[in-house]
Amino acid sequence: MTVKQTRTHAIDINSLGIEQKNLSPENETVCIEVKDLDFFYGEKQALFNVNMKMPQKKVTAYIGPSGCGKSTLLRSINRMNDLVDSARVEGEILLDGKNIYDKSVNVANLRRRVGMVFQKPNPFPKSIYENVAYGLRIQGINDRQTLDETVEKSLRGAALWDEAKDRLNDNALGLSGGQQQRLVIARAIAIKPEVMLLDEPASALDPISTLKIEELINELKETYTIVIVTHNMQQAARVSDYTAFMYMGELIEFGQTNQLFTNPSKKQTEDYITGRYG
Amino acid sequence: MESNKIGHHISAKFNRELEDIRHKVLAMGGLVEQQITLATQAFSSGDLDLAESVIKQDDRVNDLELEIDRECIEIIALRQPAAFDLRLLISVIKTITEIERVGDQAKRIAQMTLHLADTDSHTQYYELKHIVDMVSAMLHDALDAFARMDINEVVNISKQVKNVNREYKSIVRQLITKMMEDPRNISRSLDLLWTARALERVGDHACNISEYIIYMVKGEDVRHLSPEELTEKVQSQSSSKLDSECK
Repeated sequence: MTVKQTRTHAIDINSLGIEQKNLSPENETVCIEVKDLDFFYGEKQALFNVNMKMPQKKVTAYIGPSGCGKSTLLRSINRMNDLVDSARVEGEILLDGKNIYDKSVNVANLRRRVGMVFQKPNPFPKSIYENVAYGLRIQGINDRQTLDETVEKSLRGAALWDEAKDRLNDNALGLSGGQQQRLVIARAIAIKPEVMLLDEPASALDPISTLKIEELINELKETYTIVIVTHNMQQAARVSDYTAFMYMGELIEFGQTNQLFTNPSKKQTEDYITGRYG
Repeated sequence: MESNKIGHHISAKFNRELEDIRHKVLAMGGLVEQQITLATQAFSSGDLDLAESVIKQDDRVNDLELEIDRECIEIIALRQPAAFDLRLLISVIKTITEIERVGDQAKRIAQMTLHLADTDSHTQYYELKHIVDMVSAMLHDALDAFARMDINEVVNISKQVKNVNREYKSIVRQLITKMMEDPRNISRSLDLLWTARALERVGDHACNISEYIIYMVKGEDVRHLSPEELTEKVQSQSSSKLDSECK
């Protein structure tokens, strides 16, 4: 007698991803490594011996109370702090293994590789098209076809194309806040950076625009290494793969985001993310 | 003290909400403990009124489950808790499911009492006495650990499961012997068997509760581990957690 085969639902149990998502900073390709970094604004020390390895093509979020040094750390990665008089750096930040504070580094080149988006959208008072093409134009690229292609690709990449394609020549300042922020991201990705630094990219936006930006971050990490500073802890939890908690200029805890938000290893982290006073 | 973990939020209202949930879980646990005691008492003495009141009380247990669940869901939606707070709420949601099921077992024992009313089975309570004591103690310890948010004692609860199973098997053996001796015993023995089964399940629920408490306090998921693995996990973790607490 032959055994009649029972029909079951055509779901392969093995495909359900039961095995845990085991991210670990050790198993990742390191994109940015911060080594023994101290940072001073004049006499005041803002960062104390920070060490961390940020993985490539992943989202790393910095969280922590105001004044804990997270923006300072973020801005150190493309040497934005050079613009502050009296700012002084000790230690190293390695981008793909090379110290960006080395004397031989061309800062303009560095910032081309490490793009940045700020809290308030800051489009130029030009057309949408020219905003995105700006980076290429200052590199001396004026070929219409290249520009057209890059503008479309960048706007698509920033999830703005559908809304902006019919008004490319309108002034960018006529866009809504959320659209402006995505335009700024499009401008940043037009010059094909490796790293994107986002400093509170959604804090000035409404919840829907915020979700669009978060969705965009999720898509961008396919191509770029992303570092984001946010005061919104739920946002950090939603968008990032790794989270760093900073407090008073020190890196307290750095680890996998889901681990850090469900079972942090340090009491200070726990107190901060659960809204307790220490 | 670990139970202080509930407090110290910047939002005092959040403290009160969590404290309120904790109180309600303890009240529900106490009620169910009482239900088991009363149900087994009714069973042993053939007290039908008592059995009826146990069955009636079960509604109160169910209401508490619904109410605590609703409060937990509200907090999750409104406050997006993280870390210990999140683990507390998830553990509470799962714990009260277990407590409610213990309540159902108490109700089942009470119903069995009514069922056995016309027979003179009450002499057989002594077969169950030992398992009743065992699972009552387990349940009590689990609820006590929840109240204190202390996991030092809970590993013993999972070790007890083995003893309860052994006791249950020996009851089954006795009942089988009785049934073979005289087929007229079969119907009554089956009812007794169901009661023993209900009590054995109470032990399992107590064990599950203890696992949720470990998850809540340590963030370690210890379900489906052997008692030895569980002990090892609880102990290996405690030192590292202490380090960070001291910092």
